[in-house]
Amino acid sequence: MDIASLTIDRIHEGLRRRAFSAAELAQAALAFAERENPRTNAYLHFAPERALAAAQRVDRQLAAGEPPGKLAGVPIAVKDVIVTQGLRTTCGSRLLANYVPPYDATAVERLEAAGGVMIGKANCDEFAMGSSNENSAFGPVRNPVAPDRVPGGSSGGSAAVVAQGTAVVSLGSDTGGSIRQPASFCGVVGVTPTYGRVSRYGLVAFASSLDHIGPFGRNVKDAATLLEVIAGRDERDATSAFAPVPDYTASLGESVRGMKIGLPKEYFTGLASETGDLMHAAVAQLEKLGCQVREISLPATGYAIACYYIICTAEASSNLARYDGVRYTYRSPGAQTLLDMYRQTRGEGFGAECKRRIMLGTYVLSAGYYDAYYLKAQKVRTLIARDFQNAFGEVDAIVAPVSPSPAFKIGEKIDDPLEMYLSDIYTITGDLAGIPCMSVPCGRTAEGLPVGMQILCNHFQEETMFKLAAAYESARGF
Amino acid sequence: MDLVTPELLAKYEPVIGLEVHVQLATRTKIFCSCPTSFGAPPNTNVCPVCLGLPGALPVLSREAVELGVRAALALNCHVRAMSRFARKNYFYPDLPKGYQISQYDEPLAENGWVEIAGDGRHKRIGITRVHMEDDAGKSIHDGFRDSDRYSYVDLNRCGTPLIEIVSEPDLRSADEAYAYLTELKQTLQFAEVSTCDMEKGHLRCDANVSVRLRGAEKFGTKAEVKNVNSFRFVKQALEYEIARQVALLAGGGKVDQETRLFNPNTGETVGMRSKEHAHDYRYFPEPDLAPLRISESWLAAIRASMPELPAQKRARFIEGYGLRDYDAQVLTSTREVSEFYETVARVSGDPRTAANWVSTELMGLLNAEGKPVTESPVSAERLGELVGLIKSGAISNKLAKEIFPKMFSTGEAASVIIEREGLKQISDAGALEQIVDGVLAANPKQVEQYRGGKSTVLGFLVGQVMKASRGQANPQKVNELLKAKLG
Ligand SMILES: [Zn+2]
Repeated sequence: MDIASLTIDRIHEGLRRRAFSAAELAQAALAFAERENPRTNAYLHFAPERALAAAQRVDRQLAAGEPPGKLAGVPIAVKDVIVTQGLRTTCGSRLLANYVPPYDATAVERLEAAGGVMIGKANCDEFAMGSSNENSAFGPVRNPVAPDRVPGGSSGGSAAVVAQGTAVVSLGSDTGGSIRQPASFCGVVGVTPTYGRVSRYGLVAFASSLDHIGPFGRNVKDAATLLEVIAGRDERDATSAFAPVPDYTASLGESVRGMKIGLPKEYFTGLASETGDLMHAAVAQLEKLGCQVREISLPATGYAIACYYIICTAEASSNLARYDGVRYTYRSPGAQTLLDMYRQTRGEGFGAECKRRIMLGTYVLSAGYYDAYYLKAQKVRTLIARDFQNAFGEVDAIVAPVSPSPAFKIGEKIDDPLEMYLSDIYTITGDLAGIPCMSVPCGRTAEGLPVGMQILCNHFQEETMFKLAAAYESARGF
Repeated sequence: MDLVTPELLAKYEPVIGLEVHVQLATRTKIFCSCPTSFGAPPNTNVCPVCLGLPGALPVLSREAVELGVRAALALNCHVRAMSRFARKNYFYPDLPKGYQISQYDEPLAENGWVEIAGDGRHKRIGITRVHMEDDAGKSIHDGFRDSDRYSYVDLNRCGTPLIEIVSEPDLRSADEAYAYLTELKQTLQFAEVSTCDMEKGHLRCDANVSVRLRGAEKFGTKAEVKNVNSFRFVKQALEYEIARQVALLAGGGKVDQETRLFNPNTGETVGMRSKEHAHDYRYFPEPDLAPLRISESWLAAIRASMPELPAQKRARFIEGYGLRDYDAQVLTSTREVSEFYETVARVSGDPRTAANWVSTELMGLLNAEGKPVTESPVSAERLGELVGLIKSGAISNKLAKEIFPKMFSTGEAASVIIEREGLKQISDAGALEQIVDGVLAANPKQVEQYRGGKSTVLGFLVGQVMKASRGQANPQKVNELLKAKLG
C-alpha cells in the first residue's frame, strides 16, 4: 500500500473493493508516520488506540452495509492547538506539555463522525504564533521537500505531514496565514474558510476574531471534502455562521470560462523573482482557461501588517492570560508568592515569540494607548474589508501570491522578528477581512522549492474558490 | 471617629454613589449550561466553558439577558438596542480565563432612576448604567491544613450571571444609601430578577464616598469602599467613612483617592496598599461574542411581562384603598406580603381594616415565630373572611382579636371556631332585651343616676351587658336598647 499517494477517492475505492480494511490502513499509516517522523518532527504525538478504534468502527459499518462517511478510513492529522479528549494537546508550548483536555473540538468530533481516522497531533508554532514552526517548544519541523528549510508556520506540522504523505489530509489553523503559507512552502493545498464557517469550539485561541480552522490536502478535492465535513453552524460557538454548507465537491471540474479574476497590484511588488515568474505563469494558465484577468487595487494593503499585529497581539495578550500556573498548566516550582508564581510560570513557560506578542498586546490595550492603537487598527480593519467588498463588486475571485519568497532556511529569520512579520503581508488581509482564501501549488523554483498561488473570494464563496482552484490544478496536470 | 462632633459633621455634605452587583435568578450560568445552585461540593458545577479551559467559548444565555432587561426596565432605564460585551483583564486565581466578560462603553442599559422616601418627601436617585457580567470563583484562604502555604479555589460560582447597577452620586447620607438599597432590593425582587439573598452573596455593594462643605459646588476627592455585604454594614461603613473624611479635611488634611476595605468586625474602613488596586483592566470588545441586539419586539414582550413594582403598588394602595403612607410601605415590603394583603382586602371588602389586620395582627404573630408570609398558617382568604365578619357586624373587633390567634395556631377557619365556641355576636332583639333587663335590675343605683342626668353612666351599663353576654352582644344594638329602656 503506497500511503503517500493515497487520496480520499482512492481510499474509498480500496475499501469498497476490500483491497484493505480501514484498520489495516490505519495501522499502515501509523507505522509509516512513526517511521518518517524523525526526519521532519512533524508529529508531536500519535493516537494509535483512538485511530484503531475509529478505523474499526468504519470497518463494522462497511460490514453491516451502512453507507460510509465522507472521510471513512481517511488517516488525518490534527494541529496540536485543536483539543482532543484524552489526548495531549500541547499547543507547541512547554506550559501545556502535559495537558490532556477533557473534551473534543467540534471539528474533531465532526471528522470522526464522518469516519475520519485521527492518527496524531501535528507540531506547530507555540500557540500558533509564528511563520516558520521554529517557535515550537518541541523543536522545529523540517520541510519534507527540503529538510534544511522551514515548512512555514504556524501550521507547519499539518502541512508537512500531508506533503510527506503520512496523512492524507490534516487540520490546521490560520490567524494571519498559518495555513496558506505552510501549504505554499510544502507544496500542498491549504484552505482558510470564511470566518464563522467552521466552529472554533476547541481551537485554542490565539486571536479570536482572526482564528480559523481549515484543511490541508494533496489536492483541491480532498481539502474541499474535509472542509465540507467540519463546516457548519455550531451552537457552542456564538460566532459560527448559520449559512448552510454546500456540496463543495459538486462543482469541481466545471468550466471557469468567463470567470472574472482580479490581480491586486499592491501584491505584485517586492516578490522574489522566481516567485514572480511562477505567479505570472499561473495567471497565464488562468487566461488560457478562459478567465478574464484584470488588475485591481486594494489601497489599504499598506496598513495591513501594522493593523494585524496590533489586533492579534491585543487579543493574544488576553487569550494567553489563562496560562498562569493555577490549574492545568506547568507551574514554576520555586515561587513563594502569588505574583512570583505568575511571573516565574509565565516567564519560564512561554517562548520568546509568545512573550513578545503578550507584551505588544498588553501595551496596545493599555490606558492612554487604546485609542491610538487598538481602536485605530479596528478602523483600518474595516477599510481593508471594504477594499475587498469593492473588489468583489467587479471580480469573482482575486489571485495573488501567498508569500514573497519560498521556504527559507531554518534559523535564517529567527533573530529578525520584524522580517518574519513582514513576510505575512499577502496572507493577513484575508484573515482581517474574514473572507475565504487558499493556497494551491503553482510550481517550483529552480532549487525545487514549492510556491503556492493564493485565491481569495467573497464571504461564503468557497464553492467559487474551489472551482477555480480545481480547474487550475487539473490544467497544470496534477 | 470620636473627634468629629455633630456640629462639625453638619458643616459637610456627603456625596455617595453605589455600585451594586446583583446575581440574576437564572437556573444556569451566563455563558454555559452549568447550574447556578448554591452549596454544591467545590468544583462540581463546572464545565470547560466556565473553567476557562483552552478552546472553550462562551455562548450568551437568553434567560440571563431577559432578567437583565427586566432589571433595567424596573429601574426605569433606557435599554440599548445594541450593547456589547468586553473583556476586563486581570490576574487572580479564582478568575480562570484571566479576564472577566463584562460590558464597558456599550452597556445593556443606561439613564434610569429609583425613588426613595426621605424626610417626608420623595427623591429620585439616578441610575447611570446597568450592565451584565460573569462572576468569578471563590478563593479560600483558610480552613485547610496547609492554609499557611496554599490557597484553594472553588469555581462553582464562576460564570454566574450578574448585573452591576451603578448609581449617580445622588445620595447625601448613609440613611439615603440605606433607603436606596432597600428600594433597589425590593424592586428587583418584585421584578423577579434576583432573590437578592445577601447571605448567599446575591447582592454585593461598593460605595464611592466624598464630602464637601455644604454649599460647595465641587465634589470632594472620593474613596471607594469595598466589601460591604449587608445593608447594616453599608450604613456603618458610610458613617465611618464620612466622619473619617470630615475629620481629615477639618484637620487641614486631604482625602486620598483610594480603595478602602470595610472591616465588619471593627466597623472601620482600611486603605488598601495602592499597588493592590492600581489596575489597568485593558478593556476591549469580547471577540467571542457578537454584539447583543435587543429588538423592539423582544423588549416589548419583556415589558409586557413585567409585574407591578413596589413604587406603583404603593401609589395604588394609597390612592385606591386609602391607606396611610406607612401602611402602604409595610404592605409592599415584599411581593408576597402585597399579594397576601390584596387578597385579604378583596375577600373582606374592607381594605383599610384589612391593612391593619395584615400589618399588625398577622405580622405580629409571624414575626414572633420568624415565619415569612408565605408560611402563614392563616391563608389570605381566611383572614379576609374574618375581617369580613367584622365589617358585617357578625363579630366585634374585640372578639375577632380573640379568634385570630386560635386560627393562627390551628389553621381553622373563623366560622369553624365561632360555631364551636358559640361566639357569634348577639344581635337578636329578644335575646338582647333579656340580658339588658337583667343588667338594669341588678344596677338600680346607676339607673337612677342616669335618669338624674348623669349620661356617662351609659358606658358602664353597656359594659355590664357586654360582660354578661361574654362579649357577644352587638354593642351598637345594646346602646340603642339601653337608651330606649332608660328614656
Ligand atoms: Zn459551565
